[in-house]
Amino acid sequence: MKLSNKQTALVVLAALIAITPLFFPSSYYFRVGSLIFVNSIAVIGIVILAGYAGQISLGHAGFAGIGAYACALAPVHLGLHPAFAVVLGAIISAVMAYVVGRPILRLKGYYLGVATLGFGILVSMVLANEREITGGPDGIQVPDLGLRAIVKTMGLDLNNSEFWYIFSGLALILGAWVALNLYDSPTGRALRALHGSEIAARTVGIDVARLKLQAFIISAVYASISGSLLALQNKFITPDVAGFMHSIEMVTMAVLGGVGSVLGAIFGAAILTMLPQLLTVFAEYEMLLMGLVMMLVMIFMRDGLLPSILRRIRGKDE
Amino acid sequence: MPELMQFILSGLTVGAVYALVALGFTIIYNASDVVNFAQGEFVMLGGMITVFAHGAGMPLPLAAVIAIVITAGVGVALNKLAIEPARGAPVVSLIIITIGASIFIRGVTQLVFDKQLHRFPSFSGDDPIHIFGATLLPQSLWVMAGALVVFVALWLFFTRTLTGKAILATSNNRLAAQLVGISTNWVMTLSFAMSAGIGALAGVLVTPITLVSYDVGIALALKGFAAAMLGGMGNPKGALIGGFLLGLLEALTAGYISSQYKDAAAFIVILAVLFAMPQGLFGKKTTDRV
Amino acid sequence: MSLLEIKGLGIEFGGLRAVHDVSFAMNEGEIVSVIGPNGAGKTTLFNMISGVYLPGSGKLMLEGKDVTGMEPHLLARRGLSRTFQNLQIFQQMTVLDNAITGYHLQERGSVLADLLNLPSSRHRAEAAREGAQKLLARVGLARAAEQEAGNLSYGALKRLEIARALALSPRVLLLDEPAAGCNAVETEEIDALIAEVAAEGVAILLVEHDMKMVMRISKHIVVLDHGEKIAEGDPATVSQNPAVIAAYLGTQEAEHADS
Repeated sequence: MKLSNKQTALVVLAALIAITPLFFPSSYYFRVGSLIFVNSIAVIGIVILAGYAGQISLGHAGFAGIGAYACALAPVHLGLHPAFAVVLGAIISAVMAYVVGRPILRLKGYYLGVATLGFGILVSMVLANEREITGGPDGIQVPDLGLRAIVKTMGLDLNNSEFWYIFSGLALILGAWVALNLYDSPTGRALRALHGSEIAARTVGIDVARLKLQAFIISAVYASISGSLLALQNKFITPDVAGFMHSIEMVTMAVLGGVGSVLGAIFGAAILTMLPQLLTVFAEYEMLLMGLVMMLVMIFMRDGLLPSILRRIRGKDE
Repeated sequence: MPELMQFILSGLTVGAVYALVALGFTIIYNASDVVNFAQGEFVMLGGMITVFAHGAGMPLPLAAVIAIVITAGVGVALNKLAIEPARGAPVVSLIIITIGASIFIRGVTQLVFDKQLHRFPSFSGDDPIHIFGATLLPQSLWVMAGALVVFVALWLFFTRTLTGKAILATSNNRLAAQLVGISTNWVMTLSFAMSAGIGALAGVLVTPITLVSYDVGIALALKGFAAAMLGGMGNPKGALIGGFLLGLLEALTAGYISSQYKDAAAFIVILAVLFAMPQGLFGKKTTDRV
Repeated sequence: MSLLEIKGLGIEFGGLRAVHDVSFAMNEGEIVSVIGPNGAGKTTLFNMISGVYLPGSGKLMLEGKDVTGMEPHLLARRGLSRTFQNLQIFQQMTVLDNAITGYHLQERGSVLADLLNLPSSRHRAEAAREGAQKLLARVGLARAAEQEAGNLSYGALKRLEIARALALSPRVLLLDEPAAGCNAVETEEIDALIAEVAAEGVAILLVEHDMKMVMRISKHIVVLDHGEKIAEGDPATVSQNPAVIAAYLGTQEAEHADS
């Protein structure tokens, strides 16, 4: 049986997640791996918003912040199990995305950029300023998810990094599956259509405002879950998770890898997550090199790294 | 009353800096349709280079001029090396390029200079001036005057000189401008040099009040961007008024509501303006052509 | 009652009267052409009828209901679809996907089902795909189905746009210069297609520069000049009308003077 593009992408992704640990020299690599997965989940959200629907957000870290702090606060204040806190965070993010998205998604280009940027900054400001609740700029403890203990009673004893590698890896596969489903579905087609020509999309009956809002909400939920997983994994979170730089990081990862494709986005997330780890030797030069990479890739590989590399490989085959 | 006066004065001071950054945005946006997120780094460079040139023994005015010239050169280099090669790229790519540039400039500054906070002496001493029971630093007057002078100079430049009109023509229609013999490359070079120079000037003027370090740029860029957007992208008058409005708003919020949420007030108002007037206060309405 | 009635439609751009007080009506299966020199306001009129521009004055009645100022996607639901003069193709999508998009109103459904790839979502998509494949065959693009639309020739894209507009099963179809940039063979094919669609009872409003085509296929012609209707009637009447001849001769003289 011939595999569809979607199935191929999922098989490749699952295989990579399953096989790479065989080459890990230490458990530190599991930690980097799970960070890549968690970032990838947020970046897939950006792919849906920017790659499918063609809308910019410079404030999606705001939703990651909501997801992260839901996990820190809901268990303490509402007595909610952390797993349900993830769900609560996603619901709050979806509602916020609906409320914020309705008016601002009318805006285009840079105007949409600054509006989303404003939203993200507002969230990070609230998180940093409401010390009594959020712990302020120094951050706050996040309760344990408790799943590792359950897995242990089932006879599988994993250390923390290994557990989170597997858990967030599974979450990523699920997230990629959903995003790939969307791509080929009626909704995904309508999103890509409004990206291609908004005016034509409207004339074939696509309710552009409604669809943009749907994409915004879906991508917000991705960002929120990514934030939740980050908080639960680190057991600690600071308002930086909602900061402007985190928003930019998400968009950069997506565009760097290739904003149109889910695998490309994961690739971008992997590169950009590993880069600082690789550059620790050159800590002094980290910013300089980071900025340089962002510029060079955007100038010389406009479609993003993965599509450009794939094209080069195919070009050689022919 | 003195209290209100005090807030207004400090608002106008900060607002003047935002206005200068927003004017810088406007020039580049008009010439190239690019929103340059590295605009704040020009302000930072203006301050930092002056600090170190002055520290090396140069008189302050000379140090300031050198800082402005070098920063203008950085602006030109940014255009030649990063913006020109990416002509026609989507908005998202351009945002990432200019943010990448801002991170890069920050990284270089931190290597060449250091990570410390710096200042140099005020131009006319630090004895406060008393106005209606409020106090004002003489340096604040320098900052406000700077914004107004730059605005008037730009206005004259764009309406009275051929080069200025060429820039406006290019922003209106690049191809048509080329057809009537305007060198759009020269226009771009000039725009980036002017924009960076104005940014650096803002840095020179404000450093005695707010101090400078390698990482002050991004916050200024965001505020300047917001101010430009508030006034309506691409409109110099809008940039000036947007900058002062934003500064006042922040100062009043900090004074009467909460100093922690002064930045929030700015963004809430910008969101409100964008909801009601998607083109900003002074922006032009556009109709999609099909 | 006419299927589509345009009553005194007008719009200004910055004080400039682009279209002023234009009225006409059309019935099922009728082919009506709007002609006029460049800049006469034909496309602007189209943009108002299809809801892209909000008319400054006048009324638009579809099946006797006032639909003035209604958004394009709502007009689409009421059976009005269109093509564009300067192509509005979804360039990055495949030809087939472009055509399927025309079935949006039929294939749309629960987003959740789409996200989870539930059978209901697959069935909707499958039905739309089958319809789109048939349509592509009808406009002669079946073999290009899996290509990226951006790679197609201009003439092929024109036909793709028509296919996409037909996918809505419209009652009124607005075609903005469907044959522009097409060669003689392609023009003839489009010609035949338009007649065929009209024969199925669709009212077709046409903007076209190819006068031979206009005279051949349309039953009724509306002539615009400087945004105003200067004549209206069957092809023979209109072509004899002095005002029409003046408007066209005027532009021809101007064109000669230019060259």
